[in-house]
Amino acid sequence: MSENYRQMWTELGLDLKAHDALLGVLSEAYQNIFMAQDNRPEAMSYFDFVMSEVHGLRIKELLDEKAAGRKIIGSYCVFVPEEIALAANATLIGLCTGADFATEEVEKYLPRNTCALIKSAFGFKLGRVCPYLETTDMVVGENTCDGKKKAYESFKDIINNLYVMDLPQVKSANGKALLKAEYVRFKEAAEQLTGVQVTAESLQAAIKLVNAKRAAMQRLYQLRAADPAPISGLDALLANQVFFYDNPERFTASVNKICDELEQRIKDNTGAFPAKMPRILVSGCPQAMPNWKLPAIIETSGAVIVGEESCVGERGVRNLVDESGTTVDEMLDAIVERYFKVDCAIFTPNCDRLQHIEQMAKAYNADGVIHYGLQFCTPYLMESMPVQKALEQKNIPCLRIETDYSMEDMGQLKTRVEAFIEQLK
Amino acid sequence: MRGFAGIDIGSRSIELVLVDDAGQVQQRLQADTGFDPMAEAKRMLAQVEYQQIMATGYGRNLFEISFDATTVTEIKAHARGARACFPTAETVLDIGGQDSKAIALFATGKVKKFEMNDRCAAGTGKFLEIMAKALGFSLAEFSEQALAATSDINISSMCTVFAESEVTSLIGRGQDRQAIARGLHQSVVRRVKTMLNRVSTDGDIVFTGGVANNACMVQFLEEALQRQVLVPPQPQFIGAYGAALLAAGLD
Repeated sequence: MSENYRQMWTELGLDLKAHDALLGVLSEAYQNIFMAQDNRPEAMSYFDFVMSEVHGLRIKELLDEKAAGRKIIGSYCVFVPEEIALAANATLIGLCTGADFATEEVEKYLPRNTCALIKSAFGFKLGRVCPYLETTDMVVGENTCDGKKKAYESFKDIINNLYVMDLPQVKSANGKALLKAEYVRFKEAAEQLTGVQVTAESLQAAIKLVNAKRAAMQRLYQLRAADPAPISGLDALLANQVFFYDNPERFTASVNKICDELEQRIKDNTGAFPAKMPRILVSGCPQAMPNWKLPAIIETSGAVIVGEESCVGERGVRNLVDESGTTVDEMLDAIVERYFKVDCAIFTPNCDRLQHIEQMAKAYNADGVIHYGLQFCTPYLMESMPVQKALEQKNIPCLRIETDYSMEDMGQLKTRVEAFIEQLK
Repeated sequence: MRGFAGIDIGSRSIELVLVDDAGQVQQRLQADTGFDPMAEAKRMLAQVEYQQIMATGYGRNLFEISFDATTVTEIKAHARGARACFPTAETVLDIGGQDSKAIALFATGKVKKFEMNDRCAAGTGKFLEIMAKALGFSLAEFSEQALAATSDINISSMCTVFAESEVTSLIGRGQDRQAIARGLHQSVVRRVKTMLNRVSTDGDIVFTGGVANNACMVQFLEEALQRQVLVPPQPQFIGAYGAALLAAGLD
């Protein structure tokens, strides 16, 4: 990223030295992990460009939007409805939580035994290296796991625009009513922030915009069922990650362009990897930008990832909002219906998730499932055991991985993953 | 005729096994890994003649690059080696210097499922080595003395660092060294038992890796699991032996 942005970063209050270091690591990792791949779809060049401008052009766009009167809302969870933000003339940005940063500072606020994702959210703030966070007019924290909800209590001391959204933990009528009430409250908060009322017109347009974005991703997922896999799991994960902060129209068009190319590849029987390669479904905790550790190991060990059962993946994108509503209230109900189906491990019981893992393994012709758990993430680590048991009963091999963002267990992870791939051959 | 070699580059030692095309062992070599495993591997390779070599162990990827070899994980290598010694075995336990693995096999010998210890040294050969040293025993004495103990002490720490300080404080309180040694073996057995039970719950267990030379571990494992524990001759060579068999195409 060029010198042109230094002024902008300074004005955002970033620690330029630390930020340079972060960008250096990021760019090197991107070169080694993404650019080193063979047979990438040509249309991935859009994402290469997005990544080369990840803290540059996109931030400038957001600042231009702000100058034109829009507001920027940041979020850490797929339960925060983008439709409502957009309808209130705000842009929703998923904030990055996929790398360790300023760990010593973070541990002044959080116990060491906190999952890497939560620590990362604090690290990017305390290290002053996330321009997205610094452009936000409001940050939504959500009551998902215990770790996150207690962390937000401390987070409000270090950011001045935190809004906390409550979430249900049971899929009951009461649970749904709570989600509705919280979405209504969020609508009001967004309206207050922007000074723009959500109307039936603006909400309907927002629903269509986000549906189109999700439909493009769903199209991409389905194309990955082909053998040979037309796109690597790494490239597909990148699209899933960029989903959270790119301009929605442009993102949708770019993903559809990739899909057109993948359809042609499938017709031509060409792929990112040779045919008959072991195929893996990754399931579990979200792999937030720039967490590429596990997929990089898998795809350099002789297997291809054909799906992500994850919030940064199909769990976050599954299901569209019904577009038939005509009033704001009907549309809010439709939004609640859609989001209430998200099978996050904070719900108890969470039987839908197990069914979805099995369905995805079948739909994408996966030979095995790798369950990705972040250390200290109680909900997903707890679920990993029944998931493994249920899959094994259906003769679907399952490897449970528990890791974090550090590189110290790379050797052991590689051995586990390689042994699992040997098992699938 | 030149044979087929398997090399197991572990955290503590390197083993090299040479087999003929029928899988019969022709040569066995062992050396400490040291700080330059590739130089050590090169010295060992100079002593054997082979047409194919397969590498396993944590150093396998480095070896692959340096020596243009094929690689296999320790899991598959130990499974293959164990089956060559005990053709009907369906459960393998490998405890090496830095990690331990429980492996379940299908009746065909193919790997069905495996579990590995987490990133620390708990439940590994390194743990036992450090504890033996803390008690002032050699590795051989450590096992013998534990078996000779007449009383039990429960060691609750799994972490090597915490267990070492627990041992130090037990010594400070004048506790019997034999009983402490026994408690330490029991603590590793408890750890391994959980791992084994996750992959398989019945049938004989083939115990491989350097720690299988420890008679106390074998006895305590049999008692804790109520399953027969079979130890192949020279169990520390089983990974390299399995890799050699795979190099020979004897899948």
